[in-house]
Amino acid sequence: MADLINLTIDGKPVQAAPGTLVINAAKQVGIEIPSFCYYDGLTLQAACRMCLVEVEKTPKLQVGCTLPVAEGMVVHTDSPLVHQSRKGMVEFLLTNHPLDCPVCDKGGECELQDMTFRYGMGESRFLEQKMHVDEQQWSPVVFYDKPRCILCYRCVRICDEGMGVNALGVVNRGAVSEIAPNHFDHLECDECGMCIDICPVGALTSGAYRYKTRPWEMKHVGTICTHCADGCKTTLGVRNNEIIRGNNRDRSGINGEFLCVKGRYAFDFVHSAERLQAPLLRKNGKLEPVSWAEALATVAKKFQQAQASGGKFAVIGSNHTSNEENYYLQSFAREVLGTNNIDHHRTGDVPALLDALSGKTDALATSADLYERKAILVIASDLAQQHPFLSFQIRANYRHHGAHIYTVTPGPVREQKYAVRSIMTIPGRELADVELLREQLKAEPELVIVFGDAIKGDAVHKLVAFGASLGIPVRYVCLVDYSNSRGASDMGLAPNHGPGYQAVAEPGLAYDEILAATDLDVLWVVGANPLKHLDLASSRAFVVVNDMFLTETAQRADVVFPAASAYEKSGTVTNVCGEVQRLKAGLQVMGAKPDLEIIGLIAKEMGQDIGIWSPDKVLEEIRTNVRGYNIPLPVIATGGAAQTTPVNGHVPLSARPELIQSARDSLFTSGSLGRYSKMLNSVLEGPGGLYSEERP
Amino acid sequence: MTFSPELEARFAKLLESYPPGRTRSAVVPMLLYAQDEVGHISNELIEEVARLCKVTPLQVDEVVGYYSMLHRKPLGKYHVQVCTNISCLLRGGEELYEHASKQLGIANKQVTADGQFSLEEVECIGACSWAPAVQINYDFHHLVTPEKLDALVAELRKAQ
Amino acid sequence: MLYNEPSPLEVKVVTKRFGMPNSHSLDAYLATDGFKAFFKAMQMTPEQIVEEVKISALRGRGGAGFPAGMKWSFVPRTSPKPKYVIINADESEPGTCKDRLLMENDPHQLIEGILIAGRAVDAHKGYIYIRGEYRYLIEHMDRAIAEAYGRGYLGKNIQGTGFDFDLYTHSGAGAYECGEETALLDSIEGKRGIPRMKPPFPAVVGAWQSPTLLNNVETLSAVPAIIRDGGAAFAALGTPKNGGTRMICLSGHINKPGVYELPVGFNLLRMIHEVGGGMRNGKKLKAVVPGGSSCPILKAEECDIPMDFDTLAKIKSMLGSGGTVILDEDTCMVRFALRIMKFYAHESCGWCIPCREGTTWLKRMLERFHSGMGQKSDIPMIGELSKNMLGRTFCALGDAAAMPTISIVEKFPEDFEAHLNGQPCPYAHAAEPVFA
Ligand SMILES: Cc1cc2nc3c(=O)[nH]c(=O)nc-3n(C[C@H](O)[C@H](O)[C@H](O)COP(=O)(O)O)c2cc1C
Ligand code: SF4
Ligand code: FES
Repeated sequence: MADLINLTIDGKPVQAAPGTLVINAAKQVGIEIPSFCYYDGLTLQAACRMCLVEVEKTPKLQVGCTLPVAEGMVVHTDSPLVHQSRKGMVEFLLTNHPLDCPVCDKGGECELQDMTFRYGMGESRFLEQKMHVDEQQWSPVVFYDKPRCILCYRCVRICDEGMGVNALGVVNRGAVSEIAPNHFDHLECDECGMCIDICPVGALTSGAYRYKTRPWEMKHVGTICTHCADGCKTTLGVRNNEIIRGNNRDRSGINGEFLCVKGRYAFDFVHSAERLQAPLLRKNGKLEPVSWAEALATVAKKFQQAQASGGKFAVIGSNHTSNEENYYLQSFAREVLGTNNIDHHRTGDVPALLDALSGKTDALATSADLYERKAILVIASDLAQQHPFLSFQIRANYRHHGAHIYTVTPGPVREQKYAVRSIMTIPGRELADVELLREQLKAEPELVIVFGDAIKGDAVHKLVAFGASLGIPVRYVCLVDYSNSRGASDMGLAPNHGPGYQAVAEPGLAYDEILAATDLDVLWVVGANPLKHLDLASSRAFVVVNDMFLTETAQRADVVFPAASAYEKSGTVTNVCGEVQRLKAGLQVMGAKPDLEIIGLIAKEMGQDIGIWSPDKVLEEIRTNVRGYNIPLPVIATGGAAQTTPVNGHVPLSARPELIQSARDSLFTSGSLGRYSKMLNSVLEGPGGLYSEERP
Repeated sequence: MTFSPELEARFAKLLESYPPGRTRSAVVPMLLYAQDEVGHISNELIEEVARLCKVTPLQVDEVVGYYSMLHRKPLGKYHVQVCTNISCLLRGGEELYEHASKQLGIANKQVTADGQFSLEEVECIGACSWAPAVQINYDFHHLVTPEKLDALVAELRKAQ
Repeated sequence: MLYNEPSPLEVKVVTKRFGMPNSHSLDAYLATDGFKAFFKAMQMTPEQIVEEVKISALRGRGGAGFPAGMKWSFVPRTSPKPKYVIINADESEPGTCKDRLLMENDPHQLIEGILIAGRAVDAHKGYIYIRGEYRYLIEHMDRAIAEAYGRGYLGKNIQGTGFDFDLYTHSGAGAYECGEETALLDSIEGKRGIPRMKPPFPAVVGAWQSPTLLNNVETLSAVPAIIRDGGAAFAALGTPKNGGTRMICLSGHINKPGVYELPVGFNLLRMIHEVGGGMRNGKKLKAVVPGGSSCPILKAEECDIPMDFDTLAKIKSMLGSGGTVILDEDTCMVRFALRIMKFYAHESCGWCIPCREGTTWLKRMLERFHSGMGQKSDIPMIGELSKNMLGRTFCALGDAAAMPTISIVEKFPEDFEAHLNGQPCPYAHAAEPVFA
């Protein structure tokens, strides 16, 4: 490695790539140079001066967070002078800091506390009166307490550079400088809360979390967000069986520090007063709470009776339930009920993409690819609204690597701000407009194409043919809506294919056909709400519903099982890029059970054996039986994401592309879950819909 | 928001003076010139300047609080600025300021009840060799004594 | 026209038209060698112009004293980007009031200097960044610029030389920090005046991401004389490495305060006694701020020195911006230190911790101290806190606050001691002020 630079830090020899900053070179050899304003991935500020180090042959202390390594450089981070300097900086910082740690939300996980503990003085020499400014509330979720603010500008940068929103700024000058929201006294933004999490002190606090607990009283459970399909890791802070916050402070998982408003705040549906906590059985036309035994027995009996009389069954599965549940549900449908009448609300044409990619390897993009690949083409999606994490990745890619972004969308999207070229298309013309980019795309070294539900069926094949004709490596992401939309498809919640896209001999009824069939005897809906938009044609159908809430569909049911949410169960989910990650149960809600268990109990009640309903066992089965899912367990066990390998072989095409339809949820909506999140509803006020001009 | 034709013309010239696409550069002078005409910087003015300079209101708001000549609240018709920085200090600047405060009956950055006068203790205004110095609105007054200041104020009072 | 009675000891180069009737008009300017240097420069190559400025040993008059010719040579003249000349007329360093006179009395000299600089670095646009308080000068410069345009000394194909140059004024709005060159660049781009990280230096990446030559008004006003009469002649007026004359703004307890143009290296005591007419009311000299509030203070016994960059550096002070403030024996140094710190606390941009918090803390501590509530332990702490800022802040403002303070506590401990134990400030100002 001839091009590495050699330097010495605290006597240790260090080799670092040219351009490496001293603060990072030190990290390589386990030496921590303290900092507030330096933050990986954000622009350099050199404002907090905590990182000052001694460099031999330079008269002044040098700024470790902006100084690039140089050959032969000798750095001291542990000298008396450096210590003295750090002590002085902490002392300066604390002069106007209220030191209200005992009542501060950040107490216990505050970088200023840690820094004072490590580098500060034992006592205060500041005798003057501290300046006070009242706390401000900027939005339902964002509060700002100026006296605690150390002006590290992390919040301003994450909002501007990370989110592309620019909702925060600095006003005033000198010691009275403070952070300010974009609308004088309030914020209009994505409400992602990134600013709160990135704040090293308790200056920005969360409306959802403030004054509720001390951090060490919570159990921290790293799981996967249950809203959109991007699959962000979120760490739930749980106390007394209550989720108090969601964040990703440890920057683990595919999303690093990123979370959107839903991942961070919209966990509260879990504690909604409207949660179902006992099975319901229709008695005299009314749904009445009953025991699990009674509900299970009723369902088992009804299923057996219908089977005996050759009745017609249908199952509608969920975009939110785990892979294990989906796999188990389709096994139940196919093996126990003997039907291929199974489907789910399909939101993107994954089968068509996998089919079109037959024979190709390396053609499915990971979420990391969106940050690393040189060029990205976004077709027919408003990523900032529908796929906030993918949008974040692309933005970071543009900022850090100067990636070339192209958009072909039916309206304005945030990506346009930094796109090389943006085409406003009209629905139906997407492919023709993509064609206009051919020459420019051919000149790119590589490309990731991200496409929404407008590209389906034949169009997917045409798009892949277009990609192939460019003569450069192209990877794809077929956008789907929800936390396990991709898994639902992969696990075979489909009338024409089983798990791993194995064709079934006799395709069953599709989603709309199920609802339209007048002769349906039994309909089992697990974690979906088809009757919100469509009617059930069969009036005689016996309807069983597993859900958290009494949705429109549950209201029509004969039996309703109270289901657990993704935050209450273990298992795996597959995100939009085909990456499998682990769910970890953070809490239990009294009375509800995971769908896997409910399905298992029904099977047991019917005297049928489709395997043990433990998530690990089912996952084992999935890894053996489902094409592409032989993922390495250690990766997901340690909180990583394992991408499923592409299915190389014939994938039964959806004969009915018109069934594929995104729900068009925006940043502040999330199907049924969103309806029951008070927090989401509280920030909903005036958000932009899809493809609207940015909120001012 | 509407401005006088002269100010509009000045804005147009200003916007033209920067390299193409650099309209943001006009923000600070535009705010100052607008303040001179409308008296202070309101939210409405911020939004208007943001529109004219093609930036966000927040980007303008950030600037307003930074520059000490830009004021969010109305000043008096005559803004009396007494320099107390070193050269003036040595020649009675602070006492002159105290005197002005007593005579006008207002403290730093306050406005008299009739809205005629406001007072500000300011940093060096570049009149050090003619200290102590006072600026009333944009007019410099050099080698000012308490008596001279009283006379100036009296004259302005009369002029109303 | 604001101008004081000249002194016979002055060597008038940049102020030579001061006091002439209508010195600010283009006609008066043309009648007194005006634009001769410009035509000469048009016959020279850019390299020759830069070389001439190097020979002149002209050092920046804004405060830092960086050799002007060297700075000019850093601008990548062949860069395909547009280049700009920005003139620092923010003049906010306490004690300094000379750029104001140059613009008021002789605006065309400045314009000519700018044109020559533009020619030297291949710039075709210039902006004079004038502090907002100098509104009358903005209008005044605008009139001079309009006059020059009208007579073909600005604009396209100036005087048939084929050289194009557009010049504009730009108003600040009250911020000392915007005099710092990189903060000035942010300010002229319409942002808060926050300094930028260096490198890259403005010469390479300056205004609007383009190479930018940034000079003080006085620096550029000296250029026409340098080109006209040769760099060597200018250099010869000063001391080696410190070419020419400087405008010294004398203020404070002196009989004839005023702005005087003196050769670099002029003796400070002579300045006080012979140029400035001696100490006011026959008082004794106590201290001198040699070049604006940022400079470490000199005790009376340190003042028998030539005023040039190198001598002052040797005694750990600075020539700065030419604001020479004279303090007599009745001056309370605690009060003086307080006033300086009040200024820096007010003007700190707030970007970096040590300057933002340090200046504010020191100001409040000095306030308490001056009011008689001081403690003995405060005295060493003032120096210690200043040293915690010194060399550790983002830009030089932190140093500018720390340096004079350190020097004041070190050199005048007795003034601090005198305020202890609730004693009232022992100096005369507390009794009877002497105005003007
Ligand atoms: C805090 C601070 C304030 C300054 N203020 C001014 C100023 O008001 N006018 C000025 O010409 N230079 C000022 N300077 C110096 C400029 O940064 C810069 O060095 C100068 O304008 C360059 O021009 P010159 O080389 O011609 O002196 C200041 C520097 C600092 C650090
Ligand atoms: S030293 Fe720091 S806070 Fe002070 S003016 Fe410079 S950057 Fe701003
Ligand atoms: S100190 Fe008052 S004008 Fe300079």
